[in-house]
Amino acid sequence: MTDTYPALSLVPKSELPLSAKDFKSDQEVRWCPGCGDYSILSNVQSFLPELGLARENIVFISGIGCSSRFPYYMNTFGMHSIHGRAPAIATGLAISRPDLSIWVITGDGDALSIGGNHLIHALRRNVNLKILLFNNRIYGLTKGQYSPTSEQGKITKSTPEGSLDYAFNPVSLALGAEATFVARTIDSDRKHMTEVLRQAAGHEGTALVEIYQNCNIFNDGAWQPLKDNDSRDDAMMRLVHGEPIRFGADNEKGVTRTADGHIKVVPVAEVGEDAIIRHDAHAKDPGLAFALSRLANPRTLQNTPIGVFRDIERPSYGRMARQQIDDVIEKKGVGDLQSLLNGSDTWTVS
Amino acid sequence: MTKKVVNLHRVVIRFAGDSGDGMQLTGDRFTSETAGLGNDLSTLPDFPAEIRAPAGTVPGVSAFQLAFADHDITTPGDVPNVLVAMNPAALKANIADLPRGADLIVNTDEFTKRNLEKVGYKANPLEDGSLEPYNVHAVALTSQTVEALKDFDLSKKEAERAKNMYALGLLSWLYSRGAEGTREFLKSKFASKPEILAANLAAFEAGWSFGETTESFSVQYEVAPAPLPAGTYRNISGNPALAFGLIAASKRSGLPLFLGSYPITPASDILHELAKNHRFGVLTFQAEDEIAGVGSAIGAAYGGALAVTTTSGPGIALKSEAIGLAVSLELPLVVVDVQRGGPSTGLPTKTEQSDLLQAMFGRNGESPVPIVAPQSPSDCFYAAMEAARIAIEYRTPVFLLSDGYLANGSEPWLVPDVDSLPTIDPDFATGPNHVDEDGAESFWPYLRDPETLARPWAIPGTKGLEHRIGGLEKADGTGSISYDPENHDRMVRLRQAKVDAIADTIPGLEVDDPTGDARVLVLGWGSTYGPIGAAVEVTRRSGVKVAQAHLRYLNPFPRNLGDVLNAYERVLVPEMNLGQLSMLLRARFLVDIQGVNQVRGMPFKSTELGAAITAAVEDLSNETE
Repeated sequence: MTDTYPALSLVPKSELPLSAKDFKSDQEVRWCPGCGDYSILSNVQSFLPELGLARENIVFISGIGCSSRFPYYMNTFGMHSIHGRAPAIATGLAISRPDLSIWVITGDGDALSIGGNHLIHALRRNVNLKILLFNNRIYGLTKGQYSPTSEQGKITKSTPEGSLDYAFNPVSLALGAEATFVARTIDSDRKHMTEVLRQAAGHEGTALVEIYQNCNIFNDGAWQPLKDNDSRDDAMMRLVHGEPIRFGADNEKGVTRTADGHIKVVPVAEVGEDAIIRHDAHAKDPGLAFALSRLANPRTLQNTPIGVFRDIERPSYGRMARQQIDDVIEKKGVGDLQSLLNGSDTWTVS
Repeated sequence: MTKKVVNLHRVVIRFAGDSGDGMQLTGDRFTSETAGLGNDLSTLPDFPAEIRAPAGTVPGVSAFQLAFADHDITTPGDVPNVLVAMNPAALKANIADLPRGADLIVNTDEFTKRNLEKVGYKANPLEDGSLEPYNVHAVALTSQTVEALKDFDLSKKEAERAKNMYALGLLSWLYSRGAEGTREFLKSKFASKPEILAANLAAFEAGWSFGETTESFSVQYEVAPAPLPAGTYRNISGNPALAFGLIAASKRSGLPLFLGSYPITPASDILHELAKNHRFGVLTFQAEDEIAGVGSAIGAAYGGALAVTTTSGPGIALKSEAIGLAVSLELPLVVVDVQRGGPSTGLPTKTEQSDLLQAMFGRNGESPVPIVAPQSPSDCFYAAMEAARIAIEYRTPVFLLSDGYLANGSEPWLVPDVDSLPTIDPDFATGPNHVDEDGAESFWPYLRDPETLARPWAIPGTKGLEHRIGGLEKADGTGSISYDPENHDRMVRLRQAKVDAIADTIPGLEVDDPTGDARVLVLGWGSTYGPIGAAVEVTRRSGVKVAQAHLRYLNPFPRNLGDVLNAYERVLVPEMNLGQLSMLLRARFLVDIQGVNQVRGMPFKSTELGAAITAAVEDLSNETE
């Protein structure tokens, strides 16, 4: 296991193999019937045993929102905190406890609106956190207001004439914030989500996984073109490191560079196979990843990439912070409290 | 030239100059030398919020006041005996505080037409007779410094910058302070700049020699050491003392110290001090904002650290929701508020005690948080340890209410023997604490200790204790989400009862009433301790009977507080706010409190408090006659 997930080398291993049911808590799951959160929960519970970690060394931390109830349903350590603050809370835990595998569960409102500041700073610091961002493009728990990822013009209770805001693209935002691992998956594709989770778990530092999730009550069908059998393959491309970026019902489309340095989707037959870009998730420069994140049409969802956009190596904040402490101790020795209190300028009264 | 030496019991010096003149450094150095001579002392730095306010203006004046004596003192003094004014602005801003007959040392070089106009002097006060009431020593500090440094390879501007060392040399001679500490200090500060080091040393020596030779100063003063209890002393101000207290609590509890903080005046020096001490295993995290400061600390507390967040009033406002979360999660957390003038950005560098009610009530819901307040700079050490003890033993956030005056003011500190410091037992949960109906062992995260009502602290990595906690209301015992009305009522009362129970482990309020028949009690909290003590002492000397007590615990109050209040016919409560403790006392004990209140951004003057005490005592005897 240690070899598969070097980033988890400091986390103790489970003595006995665990199964999905070991990760189910005794709490009744209270999401709406048909909610996309169920499949994500089930996928995570099925995937975790693969890591072979001691269950007590796994922590789920969430903010506020429908998705943030997630930790209650996981039989691990967990905290359901306050709106938007989960990355900040998890940061304190992650940098002081390298022996834990920490997962942040958040949504588009929690992570990108009230908690936007914490998210971008966790990403740039590369704190050892796996952030699962459930994006349903709506506020569910407060019953249906538009969110920072809602398409402009969204008619909701708070925007009866249509929302005015330009939407955030979470993947673009994360790449701009110096994220070292950025991926996107979709609640209805179990296999793909598991593969993305696997890569995220093995990453040292912050991994942001955007999960397209359906809210069947307030924004049903938000990702439908990516789910329907007859539209899915035409709309969605799967990024695989080292592979040409091709998609379409007959794999007839691909991504190529244009003369002016941009990228665009073209029929492969038109440009030839050699002109199709090979995906490089490990590229130091986030340029290609960013360009890919801009390909999709936010309204029709045509040309939506899923998979790992970026996965580069950079030491985590926690590792460097502990290294600084170790270095100081090696250089100056462990601190002596009495000499600290005395300082360098004392006098004696007898 | 041998000069007459006069012995003094107590001296108050105020150094005042432009914020770029190095007055704080000058004051600090003088303080260090004074501490080394064994005087008791107390300091009051007073500086503008701007780093370099417009030069030569009154708002740009930075001052440092220091009182030192051959006896026990508790305040930096109401008024100076000596004012060092480095420019017209410093004179203008401070002259009103100078009593007649006091010494006034003026840097005449800065009294140019332009500088005088800048602060609105129509005539030169050095020439118009307005300074006649004072013993004026007109010294061309700048040009004499430049003259003394003429052989150095320095620009005029660089040479002029050493004038604070010239002034320090002069004052060090005048009050027979040592020079060795200052020399050592300069050597280490300018180790990499030998030319600047030599210039500063030379300026210091030149100032010293000027004192010895000039006729402007006919006497030299000495102040004998104060008879303090035996032991090892150092000088310390509140922020480092507080940081040391946190490190000590970490050592004495065996918990790693974690600080999540966002820079803010006047609390940042605690962050700096802890960041300097990584060799104690301290993790300091400069967060992206105040909320992340407290958030990261909550995360670290969940992981089993001694977690702390430090800030000032505006930062507390931002942290409020997260502190409420810590109340609900029942995790140990020390929240340090170094209070400053408010509301809003207010007076960042000035002191105030106006966050008491914010600490007490500034959260949604019934959200009790214990409050501890240090009473002097060195007491910040013990108060920090005590706040950590309460946080850890009761699994609760605790407010530590310091203020700008304590943070920056300094006093001699009898350094404790580390082995004599109390230990703190984190008492982590290690196994199941409940047997289910089916006989299986389980862990209930909200099963309370029957005495303290504290819940178990079960940290991630503890096998078999996996559990979930959150900000939603929890079922008593199991900790599962519960919307049950009766359970919520019970949990609200339990959280309150837990905080109330802390009173079992804190000492009763001690009253100082030497004659035993005083009718008026002066009750304070926090940094007013020094000024109240000085005022009470002076009032008693004039034959007035008055009792004094000082609250260290603002929530919960000591068990005997009600009895103490009821034992006096009148209770005076001086506060640097509009009556926040008064309000709490009236509400809790139905006692008519008489507030003495000011919010001028500076500590009370002991004379004004003395007058208020005397008036209250006289008023009471007039009433009863």
